Amino acid sequence: MSTQQQLIIIGNGMVGHHLVEQLVDNGALERYQVTVFGEERHRAYDRVHLSEYFSGRDADSLALCEAGYYATSGVELRTSEAVIEIDRNSQEVVTEQGRYPYDRLVLATGSFPFVPPIPGNDRDGCLVYRTLDDLDAIQAAAENATTGVVVGGGLLGLEAANALRGLNLDTAVVEFASRLMPMQVDNEGGELLREKIEALGVQVLLERATQRIEDGEASRHRMVFQDDKVLETDLIVFSAGIRPRDQLARDCGLEIGERGGVVVDNQCLTSDPAILAIGEVALWNQSIFGLVAPGYQMAKAAFSTLTEGDTQFGGADMSTKLKLLGVDVGSIGDAHGNQNPSARMFRYLDPIKQEYRKLVVSSDGKKLLGAMLVGNNSVYDTLLQYYSNGIELPDEPASLILPQSSGAAPTLGPGALPETASICSCHNVTKGDICATIDAGAVDLGGVKAATKASTGCGGCTALLKSVVDHELEARGVEVDKSICEHFAHTRQELYDIVRVEGIKTFTDLIEKHGNADTHRLGCDICKPAVASILASCFNEPITDAAHIPLQDTNDTFMANMQKNGTYSVVPRVAGGEITPDKLIVLGEVAKKYSLYSKVTGGQRIDLFGARLEDLPDIWGELIAAGFETGHAYGKSLRTVKSCVGSTWCRYGVQDSVGMAIQLENRYKGLRSPHKIKFGVSGCTRECAEAQSKDIGIIATENGWNLYVCGNGGMRPRHAELFATDLDDEQLYRTIDRFLMFYVRTADRLQRTAVWRENLDGGLEYLKEVILEDSLGINDELERQMQTVVDTYQCEWADAISDPEKLKRFRSFVNDDRPDPSIIMTSERGQLRPA
Amino acid sequence: MTGTALKKEMDMADIQNSEAFENHASENNTAWQKVCTKADLVAFSGVAAWLETADGPAQVAIFYLPGLGQGKGDELFALDHHDPFSNANVIARGIVGDLKGAAVVASPIYKQHFRLEDGQCLEDEDVKLRTWKVKFKGDEVWVEG
Ligand SMILES: Cc1cc2nc3c(=O)[nH]c(=O)nc-3n(C[C@H](O)[C@H](O)[C@H](O)COP(=O)(O)OP(=O)(O)OC[C@H]3O[C@@H](n4cnc5c(N)ncnc54)[C@H](O)[C@@H]3O)c2cc1C
Ligand code: HEM
Ligand code: SF4
Repeated sequence: MSTQQQLIIIGNGMVGHHLVEQLVDNGALERYQVTVFGEERHRAYDRVHLSEYFSGRDADSLALCEAGYYATSGVELRTSEAVIEIDRNSQEVVTEQGRYPYDRLVLATGSFPFVPPIPGNDRDGCLVYRTLDDLDAIQAAAENATTGVVVGGGLLGLEAANALRGLNLDTAVVEFASRLMPMQVDNEGGELLREKIEALGVQVLLERATQRIEDGEASRHRMVFQDDKVLETDLIVFSAGIRPRDQLARDCGLEIGERGGVVVDNQCLTSDPAILAIGEVALWNQSIFGLVAPGYQMAKAAFSTLTEGDTQFGGADMSTKLKLLGVDVGSIGDAHGNQNPSARMFRYLDPIKQEYRKLVVSSDGKKLLGAMLVGNNSVYDTLLQYYSNGIELPDEPASLILPQSSGAAPTLGPGALPETASICSCHNVTKGDICATIDAGAVDLGGVKAATKASTGCGGCTALLKSVVDHELEARGVEVDKSICEHFAHTRQELYDIVRVEGIKTFTDLIEKHGNADTHRLGCDICKPAVASILASCFNEPITDAAHIPLQDTNDTFMANMQKNGTYSVVPRVAGGEITPDKLIVLGEVAKKYSLYSKVTGGQRIDLFGARLEDLPDIWGELIAAGFETGHAYGKSLRTVKSCVGSTWCRYGVQDSVGMAIQLENRYKGLRSPHKIKFGVSGCTRECAEAQSKDIGIIATENGWNLYVCGNGGMRPRHAELFATDLDDEQLYRTIDRFLMFYVRTADRLQRTAVWRENLDGGLEYLKEVILEDSLGINDELERQMQTVVDTYQCEWADAISDPEKLKRFRSFVNDDRPDPSIIMTSERGQLRPA
Repeated sequence: MTGTALKKEMDMADIQNSEAFENHASENNTAWQKVCTKADLVAFSGVAAWLETADGPAQVAIFYLPGLGQGKGDELFALDHHDPFSNANVIARGIVGDLKGAAVVASPIYKQHFRLEDGQCLEDEDVKLRTWKVKFKGDEVWVEG
């Protein structure tokens, strides 16, 4: 073959992109000159995680490849260019820009959201949920809206409802059927789901057929239902199912299914052998597959067809596990049990914990045919393995869905899985594939992921993959090294446990007993501050005590942050950001006297920069005399509790956010932790304190406080997640006590709560079980520990300035009183700064 | 490189502090000089000292690691207080430790490690801090400079 063939792919969605990757990775570009047309502005992105667009991810981070991927691979990508016609006679595709010849053509046009033919469905603010542009439109429409309705209570509908709720709209879901998620759950499961979702404040209206949409009175729209009941809302999102985008194929006469979809065979060939179809537009064996994993398998089959391989598409498993509005829902195989007449079912319903589980098993009770889970997905992975690998069920199949405490419920350990067990269904990676990459030299999780792509699709298999990889590495005698540094063969968490259990109070004791013998046992700048922090969390002795001082980072040693020229900053605590005029004046006077640059921080306090080492004790002496205390701006510890002005002044406020912020700041000040901790408290849902970007965020409600956890600003912002609702003051303190102590206990060094949470096996659900339901039985202990820290608080600066021994370090030179002469300042905008 | 950077800064310092400088310049440039006492040191950590040498004044970081030399000396170290990476005089305020068998100090600003023995930077083989001889005479700490 002397000339390249022209291969055109229509659609740059998830599946079309996967096909491009197959072509690039397997050297097919020598044979094909590939051109991809994408109607959307953006290059292919992760539609499965589309909703994360609302929680801080942008188009670039959702993209499935780097910006230059297509260009460097030699594939032409034409975004914002829709194909409007396929001319099969001349073998050309037509766009507004021109005509392009093809030898082979692949349709990967996906599907579009179905909008029911209701009069008024095209009004402004009637939207759908499929693309990034759709989400931009929703966000724009939500700006001046207070209520939103989702039409359709299926999987995507509930996801859209969650998004509206996240945009602070009062949200309702309107479903035509008699239960939510009619495809995935039965009546009992649907009922439970409704209860849970209503408890989150989303209104659920079942058996409602919308007749028309017209002008509303109080809101922008009014929806009129079959029985003339009405619902008013400012914004409507239709999520009433998807339809294949098969218009191009229809127009050029390809075979189309009765209810839509381009008919394909096992090779993904359409009725014209020059044309293939893959993904959600393709109809195989009378079925459309509305999930990404089957689409990827089709892409692999299509690649094989284009290169004369023999991989075929043979249908796909539609098992799914999701978290919708924070509610677990899982569905495996024949979840309704209506495809196997002889199937038998086990059901378990816990009306208190609101969990429902159902097993569908073969008549001999040996094989799992399907399963349905609502409220708790913890057994999903195990059940899926039984199902997809045909593993024989235990004698008492019911034990698989009974609560853990009532016995049995053995999870299938990674060792028990057969080689053929599918671990990652998105990329079709089996346990055998993983073993092979390890045998070929992969030494850790990252290596396995890079080699197999496992867990880089929907991410649902992350925990399972990790356990398989760890298990296989250990089976091969590879020590999975989690040591903190060369001085200790322990993780931070293990060191923490050792310190607590053995009551070790100094670094010297710890390294004598548990350090590695082949070092000088001096420690280093990794383990010393980490151990210092652990000791402080456990015993709360002043960090400047003789036994602890050599462990501290310079910032902790001098209880101030070292700046780039060797001077320090001074940050007194201003709890909740509330400060009297008298104290403000003192800050000004001190700053003036010691020539300090002054700046208001984002933590609602005042930072004084440029203090010389030898001036620090005098500066603090004056501040302490005026009633200030240290702000721990230097420590891995509580920084500030930011607050809005709240109900005392604000006309919207429903609780006293400033009062609460001061309470919290005073309670947790001085707590040493794996990394810094920031709080925010807002007085109502308008959230002026931006509490959802904090480790601990608190938002007032009519009835108390909603608690959010594990948020973060910075390089990788992360919205805090709703953890508990309508707590009273006492409950709030208790929950935060437990949460913080559990974090202090289990996090790695320098791991913020957000990263800790992302790495926590079991995620938020697990955290809730531990903190709210006391599943580990440690809550009393956590509360006690926190109370000890609270009770033993003392201002480190007050402690230091009353101890001449401690003050002796606060001079530039041991043998000379002069200040460091090489610190040179210059002036800018009326203040000093380093020259 | 370190030497010249330090020298230049000291020239500026001289101008700024000419009075103080004169006081010290009148001292004799003896080989060994007393800088402080044992009580001024902080075990397993550092302090800074001002030193007048034949080449002009220097800021020296002195580290005290009791027990490290197992009685054979080797428990006092003196090196540049000046951190060549940040150009600030801060080395004495770094964390002391041992890495790959050698006692080191980590710069408190950008965290590079310097070997106490010879001042060698572990992250950049082109960078080396100056070192001075240092010893106890009874309870006094003496540096050769
Ligand atoms: C909110 C949301 C959540 C989801 N969650 C999950 C989940 O948890 N798990 C799961 O498995 N699946 C999920 N899905 C489904 C999954 O995203 C789809 O199965 C998958 O994206 C299908 O890939 P595709 O390439 O077939 O279609 P798409 O990704 O839709 O790509 C088709 C592309 O073709 C373009 N196109 C169409 N016509 C033309 C034309 N004429 N010319 C040029 N370009 C054209 C379209 O603009 C589009 O970009 C979710 C979908 C949504 C919307
Ligand atoms: C890796 C990233 C970051 C580092 C290393 C860092 C470091 C620091 C340091 C050292 C200080 C104290 C300044 C001083 O007093 O000398 C500080 C203060 C502060 N930082 Fe950051 N910071 C980081 C990211 C952030 C982010 C992302 C935010 C906001 C979203 C933030 C908000 C603040 C605020 C509000 C203060 C002042 C707090 C106070 O009043 O004590 N920081 N930061
Ligand atoms: S969050 Fe609410 S209470 Fe607080 S300032 Fe904003 S509007 Fe007022």
